[in-house]
Amino acid sequence: MSSRACFSPASALDFVPRRELEQLQLKRLQTVVAHSFENVPLFSSRMRERGILPGDIRSLEDIAILPFTVKTDLRDTYPFGMFAAPMKDVVRLHASSGTTGKPIVVAYTKPDLEVWSSVASRSFSACGLHEGDIIQVAYGYGLFTGGLGAHYGAEKLGATVVPTSVGNTDRQIMLMSDFGTTAICCTPTYFLHMIERAVAMGIDLRKLPLRAGVFGAEPWTEEMRRYIEEHSGIQAFDIYGLSEIIGPGVGVECVCQNGLHIFEDHFYPEIVDPETGKLMPEGEEGELVLTTLSKQAMPLLRYRTRDITAFLTGSCDCGRTIRRIRRVGQRCDDMLIIRGINVFPSQVESVLLASEGTLPHYQIILTREHGLDQMEVQVEVTPQLFADTVSGMAAMERKLAQAMERVLQVRVRITLVEPRTIQRSEGKAKRVIDRRQS
Amino acid sequence: MKITQLSVFVENAPGHILSPCRVLADAGVNIRALYLADTQQYGILRMIVSDWREATRILEAHGFVAKVTEVLAVEVADHPGGLADVLGALDGTGINIEYMYAFPYMRGDKATLIFRFADPDAAIARLQTAGINLLASGELLKD
Repeated sequence: MSSRACFSPASALDFVPRRELEQLQLKRLQTVVAHSFENVPLFSSRMRERGILPGDIRSLEDIAILPFTVKTDLRDTYPFGMFAAPMKDVVRLHASSGTTGKPIVVAYTKPDLEVWSSVASRSFSACGLHEGDIIQVAYGYGLFTGGLGAHYGAEKLGATVVPTSVGNTDRQIMLMSDFGTTAICCTPTYFLHMIERAVAMGIDLRKLPLRAGVFGAEPWTEEMRRYIEEHSGIQAFDIYGLSEIIGPGVGVECVCQNGLHIFEDHFYPEIVDPETGKLMPEGEEGELVLTTLSKQAMPLLRYRTRDITAFLTGSCDCGRTIRRIRRVGQRCDDMLIIRGINVFPSQVESVLLASEGTLPHYQIILTREHGLDQMEVQVEVTPQLFADTVSGMAAMERKLAQAMERVLQVRVRITLVEPRTIQRSEGKAKRVIDRRQS
Repeated sequence: MKITQLSVFVENAPGHILSPCRVLADAGVNIRALYLADTQQYGILRMIVSDWREATRILEAHGFVAKVTEVLAVEVADHPGGLADVLGALDGTGINIEYMYAFPYMRGDKATLIFRFADPDAAIARLQTAGINLLASGELLKD
């Protein structure tokens, strides 16, 4: 297979020479800054405070003079305060799940939806999918952007879309088998659940035509990818997106599975120091900041994503010229502070997968005893983790606890629990129960 | 000579032993001997059943983690010193007993003990040399 096998006319912008791309980016940046300045009071007042006018953006580097936008700005202006287009031009609204308080509302004009479909479609293309593929969309349909985003992208690609949405897992697997689904879109944890159910139903996913999974909406690890690929016989791709920016399709892995290409003609990426906000040197880790270059209904300037990543240097074997970021393994928002030490749930998952190759059904329980934080990791017992003797089991628990402590630098109590007792997620997994406040 | 035993992981909480037992009962599998090792958080339920293949299949289908292990059924004379004779035969050989429990049926004046050895083959050789009778699974499970 040639490295450009995934090239399609719609993906042409993935391959343009950098200079040409940068000219396009600058033109779009100037337009979106002017549009935001004229229509969104929050942007114009912040720019005026700093003495900046849209005309001051003369090069791409000038983006750094613009103020950041953060998540709370979107909450503070709930519901429509960030809109830059009149309501008559807004044809779609989505909203975040909003675990605390009011959700975050996002808006799209018709051209915005067109952009979204095109980047989602280019994402599928990058994963080697095309017309003739049968794509099952098992992200939730509704206010969440996952379902509809993947849906329109897959339709634009010309694939056959099976809009199962989330849930009813046994039926999902039956349809996957009966329809000959070739690609699935959902959260990686939901696909793990499908793998588990398929085994119970006596269906071997490896024998189905299913060959690709496009997984996103939560951070997942390289170890999880290996587990999924091994147990389902598919190639597992990471898709990145956030509803504030557009939804799924901000970036995606190509068939090389080495970093995520950002669709830079629509989203301008920067990596900054999360503490100081200063640009990081090329290739160094920091927080991803995105500017929407073509959105009309709700443009965002220098939006702090809270996602930690880095630019990958060098060119990708697929030939795409758009830049790549390292897979997002950590979200600032997921970070736990335990006895003053920063811990990410994804580290726990890595250790579990690396130690015993076990299916990562786990939950982190945080409590406070005598004023000290305690971290317990409940792990469902698997045949690999189960020994017939108490000493064997104790050795296993000790081994896991030690491996965790090495990586996390925090003492961890491992508790083995019966299979299928940790609640399964159909959307984003709930990995942490924090009882330290109560 | 080896007997197949099933071990099932159960949480140490009220009601948790019932569910695997009920699953086996519904499948018509008889539990002939049972021994529970418990820790503060969980237990290991070890069983010798009438049909271990069917039992494993049905337990796994119900989501239990079941492990098959090999144990020995050792005949022990039912009088003072009967067990001491068996253990004496192993003394000084370095053969380690992981655990042991009684099989709840008498055969004449003989009792049966189930042993799990770290190295069952070495144990078989040693016990047979000492003239100690090991029961095959056919004998053990016959009604």
